[in-house]
Amino acid sequence: MWNRIITLIRKEFQQIRRDRRMRVMVLVAPVLQIILLGYAANMDVFQVPLGVYDLDHGTQSRELVDQFLNSGYFVLAAQARSFDDLDRFFMDGTTEVNLAIPRNFSRDIDSGKGASLQLSADGAVSSSATIALSYASTIVASYGSSGRAGATAPEIRAWYNPELKTRLFMVPGVLALLLMMFTLIFTSLSVVKEKEMGTIEQLIVTPLKSTELIIGKLIPFVLVSLVMAVLVIIAATLVFGIFPRGSIVLLLLLCLVFILSTLGLGLFVSTIAANQQQAMFFSIFFFMFPMTILSGFVFPIENMPAWIQPITYLLPLRYFFVIVRGIYLKGDGMRQLWPQVLALLAIGITVISVSMLRFKKRLD
Amino acid sequence: MQRLVRIKAIIKKEFRQISRDIGTLGTLVILPLALLVLFGYAISLDVKEIRVAVWDLDGTDLSREYQRGFFNSSYFTFQSVIRSSQDRDEALAEGMALAVLTIPPGFARAIDRGETATVQFLVDASNSTTASTAIGYLNGADLAFSLAHARGHAVAPKIDLRPRVVFNQELKSVNSLIPGLIVLILTLAAVVSTALTLVREKEHGTREQLSVSPITPLELVIGKTLPYLMVALVSTTLILSASWLFFGVTVKGSLVLLYLTTILFLFASLGIGILISSIVSTQQAAFMISAILTVLPTFILTGFVFPIRNMPPIIQVISAVLPARYYLAILRTIILKGAGISSIYREILVLSGFAVLMLGLGTFRVSRTRS
Repeated sequence: MWNRIITLIRKEFQQIRRDRRMRVMVLVAPVLQIILLGYAANMDVFQVPLGVYDLDHGTQSRELVDQFLNSGYFVLAAQARSFDDLDRFFMDGTTEVNLAIPRNFSRDIDSGKGASLQLSADGAVSSSATIALSYASTIVASYGSSGRAGATAPEIRAWYNPELKTRLFMVPGVLALLLMMFTLIFTSLSVVKEKEMGTIEQLIVTPLKSTELIIGKLIPFVLVSLVMAVLVIIAATLVFGIFPRGSIVLLLLLCLVFILSTLGLGLFVSTIAANQQQAMFFSIFFFMFPMTILSGFVFPIENMPAWIQPITYLLPLRYFFVIVRGIYLKGDGMRQLWPQVLALLAIGITVISVSMLRFKKRLD
Repeated sequence: MQRLVRIKAIIKKEFRQISRDIGTLGTLVILPLALLVLFGYAISLDVKEIRVAVWDLDGTDLSREYQRGFFNSSYFTFQSVIRSSQDRDEALAEGMALAVLTIPPGFARAIDRGETATVQFLVDASNSTTASTAIGYLNGADLAFSLAHARGHAVAPKIDLRPRVVFNQELKSVNSLIPGLIVLILTLAAVVSTALTLVREKEHGTREQLSVSPITPLELVIGKTLPYLMVALVSTTLILSASWLFFGVTVKGSLVLLYLTTILFLFASLGIGILISSIVSTQQAAFMISAILTVLPTFILTGFVFPIRNMPPIIQVISAVLPARYYLAILRTIILKGAGISSIYREILVLSGFAVLMLGLGTFRVSRTRS
């Protein structure tokens, strides 16, 4: 039995090796994506373009604007000469936050009377608008209370990621995404391709049993995805200096547990898709896309409406994100991660057995 | 005249293929809708219900009042009481609490004496975005208490701040994300489908049959892409109607302008699809290349999720050569801001440039490979 499987594995590897584009996909794409996402995936809000309409032209108004600019969160993008100007800035996208300082602002502050300010934000990009508004409010509040010590002073420490860098959060996530993409799409494609070309019949008439066929088809992908995981880990270390705090061996082992379910899904797709085009569309639309969005890669699960949250418990990627980020950022071990690992195992075993059964029935 | 007849024949054939292939039709029309609805509900970057665990070492009325300042606001929910530093570390490590508030002994006494008391917040920053927003709210809640209980100092003049949000007053994520979803779905429909349909003919050998027919390359390209252009326009209409039905997102600006720019974007995308199809020989490769070149960058590099201005210069340069980036800016401006052509003429010019360039290059490559 093993002889036959090994022959099949050898054939698969030969196919992978011969396919130049496949090689590029496996070796270059992961590294490229890590670099791209690591550099580009940054949701930190800083250098927000600020528009100012200063009707006061006094010392206080200048000082307030300076405080905005010195905070590092805002850069002066445009000076307005009228309120219409401010509206136009938003329309053209020149500024995202506008500050209007009324006439007599300095006089009112100096006389202790108190003054008012008009602050507006372009809500078209709601996430940055929310954060920019909270920065602006803090700046104004601290300006208003200058010279006055508060009753409390919060000392805030950000654990696991003291500089609050999005990159530390994204890069481990990309590892999970790449593994899923590769195993899901390529497994389904490799089987469907044999179907399309009619070579699957040739495999069926060989003495290969269907279980052997499946094992022989899947093992090369397991090995290649491990290589890919190692490549991604190395690239993340070299390019960004991001290295898992926890055990790498555990990380790789859990990668294997994770791809149980994605390989299973790939196999499943191959049983419903008639051609490669369908296989790709199914993999992407039915599995990859929803999983990426619903598993907390970018959008926090806690924020999803109550009827969507239960769905996310079915997604293996959800648990794997917790695992990768836990090992990378917090240095978690099995002691913290066992619930996720159990869930992954349960889902993986179910998915792969169901797909294998379906696949066998299709074959026989 | 002959030419039109031939183009029409291809269009007819292509439509027949699309309609016969329920999978393709479903993926081009129905799935985008399902995705829009699902994502529209699921996607949210809003941070609410920040879980806070409290370690109150002071245990006075004032320290409890300080806590109430947090839990009375809708941003925070009380998670648990912490009794030891081990408790605290576990609450964060296991992700039960997003933040732990520690009130030191002597908190109330210090404030009564008119001094400044220090409180500590440990925030789980493994998700930096959530953490940044949470820190903003924590600071705000503290500041309110802090100013209310400050004494013994000259009272500074108050500044009355009136923050106002325009275009998306409730700051709902779904409003900002719908234009991005449209771009993503159209990219998939246009680039990927065009590349695949052209390569499929190559793979199945039916391309040769087409070459020996009197059809010229230009006619082939027109005939092959027009059906997808139409399907994509139907998709756009469906998405816009669904956005309105499910999320109440209406197009504030001109629909004519919206559709005209959409056609421009589709031309550019179809051109890219044709170009890809002329380079590769298998559907698998066509798909991978279009995914890497278009779908992924649309998600990451166009400002859909991550602001462009924060990207390093090199990445910004890459972002500048993506038609999707300009189309997204146009869509946001038309749909959310209701601006007219004067605010987006630059983007429209760039997009037209891309459309001409990509279609030209694509047709050129196709005709060269055939002769």
